[in-house]
Amino acid sequence: MSSPNLDVRDVARLARIELTDQETATFQSQLGRILEYVEQLGTLDVSDVEPTAHANPVFNVLREDVVRPGLDRKPVLANAPHAANNLIVVTKVIE
Amino acid sequence: MSHLADLTISQLQEGFRSGNFTPADAVLAIESRIAATDPEIGAYLSRNVEAALEAAAKADISLPLGGVPIGIKDVINVLGEPCTCGSRILAGYRAPYDATVISKLRAAGAIPFGRLNMDEFAMGSSTENSSYQVTRNPWDTSRIPGGSSGGSAAAVAAHEAFATLGSDTGGSIRQPAALCGVVGLKPSYGRVSRYGLVAFASSLDQIGPVARSTRDCATLLNVLAGKDPHDSTSLDLPAEDFTTRLGRDLKGIRLGIPKEYFVDGMDPRVRAKVEAAIKQCEQLGAELVEVSLPHTSYAVGVYYIIATAEASANLARFDGVRYGHRAKSPRDLIDHYQRTREEGFGSEVKRRIILGTYVLSSGYYDAYYLRAQKVRTLIRRDFASAFEKVDALVCPTSPDLAFKIGERVDDPLRMYLADIFTIAANLAGICGISVPCGLVEEDGKMLPVGLQFLGKALDETRLLGIADAYEQAGSLDVLNFRR
Repeated sequence: MSSPNLDVRDVARLARIELTDQETATFQSQLGRILEYVEQLGTLDVSDVEPTAHANPVFNVLREDVVRPGLDRKPVLANAPHAANNLIVVTKVIE
Repeated sequence: MSHLADLTISQLQEGFRSGNFTPADAVLAIESRIAATDPEIGAYLSRNVEAALEAAAKADISLPLGGVPIGIKDVINVLGEPCTCGSRILAGYRAPYDATVISKLRAAGAIPFGRLNMDEFAMGSSTENSSYQVTRNPWDTSRIPGGSSGGSAAAVAAHEAFATLGSDTGGSIRQPAALCGVVGLKPSYGRVSRYGLVAFASSLDQIGPVARSTRDCATLLNVLAGKDPHDSTSLDLPAEDFTTRLGRDLKGIRLGIPKEYFVDGMDPRVRAKVEAAIKQCEQLGAELVEVSLPHTSYAVGVYYIIATAEASANLARFDGVRYGHRAKSPRDLIDHYQRTREEGFGSEVKRRIILGTYVLSSGYYDAYYLRAQKVRTLIRRDFASAFEKVDALVCPTSPDLAFKIGERVDDPLRMYLADIFTIAANLAGICGISVPCGLVEEDGKMLPVGLQFLGKALDETRLLGIADAYEQAGSLDVLNFRR
């Protein structure tokens, strides 16, 4: 198992969270301790073990392909931070 | 005469049927209890009395939960009501639909009433991570109620609800139930639909009831369980009546005692109460068998890799676009995302998203996430071989009594270790229940201890029978203890 090599600022950028300097420092030390704790998993030999993704694996769950009602537009738009003309207004995506 | 709010669900229903009182009386009794005690307890984030009274007026008391108000953890969508998940990022959000469990409650005649406080996005063991308010343990208001379903457990303990719904990803129903002296059931993975439950860790999350008795939990599970086309992980199983094994003794039941669940470092008073309860199970006819779950000490590490990895993906949807908080005047789209999430999420949520993003990132995936999934297989195998020898396992729910508010907020690892006895059940997908097994005096206050029974996947009927047999014989003093 690789040694903890976590750069909190870099990972926060990947996760799209703008941390303050104070948070970055606190998380760096707290997450360092947590990663140290999980290092114990490295002591087990798991070379022949299959991973478990779900407790009850189910496959190919299909439903009939029929039209059904969606959510009402009014309550959905009422939740939008910014709506106009029956549409959600978003921050500019393309320059 | 006892207050209406002090009745169990079955007593309440008898009262409706004999015409002694109505569902509206029940709603008003709960409302008056909330008004009297919740300013101190802080279990409820919001409630809509008018809507509940309207539903009460139309309630069909012949239905399985006809006219019974049920409190809802603020992570389950109820049409038209807030669903903050304890987070600032969802302040002002109103649910545009009913979760499947809510549709099922309504179809059974129940009245969803009130939104219960929780750790933000169910991440925590003390409810201190709520962005809105502190919830206090009704047994000692200087202490935490447990978490993340702390509001759900505290409301039932304070008799501010007959029963509530919670969610359990690593113990979030069972641990607060234990610390508040009530009964909490985590059903098996796939038993109950999660459609409308805001997702934390999708391979672990389950919805379940918190109530004053095992019987009430069984009655609720009868309503909640079942296949749902909206949740492809819900299992298609024959209908089952989970109350059929209630009211029996423990003759012929083999109970396993996992030796790894009696560890150094657990509160010796908790250990003594749990050992006495296990002895009582033996007197009720159970055969006790020592078993081993050798990978127990790895469960917390596995959990905090898998749960945070899944959370980092699930919480990507909180981006300030379609709902929830959006940062003011963003420079560009990246600035929009980064400031929205910085302003909207609390510390624990940020911490877990960062950890989860890290363990999934290129170069670390195999070392952390894939390895954790493999150790998860070993933990599942531990339970599978134990259940070849026994019908259920019996152990403590939590290694500690309720701790003081603020005591662990700066030490996340210590907080995580509070879940050491509950986490493995979620990793293995099995069912578990916590029932009260005694009281310990601390600082002049009595604090409850929880006894946990773990059953194999989809064996809830037997699990509830075992818990009920113990509860009927052993713990009424806790359930009836008045503060």
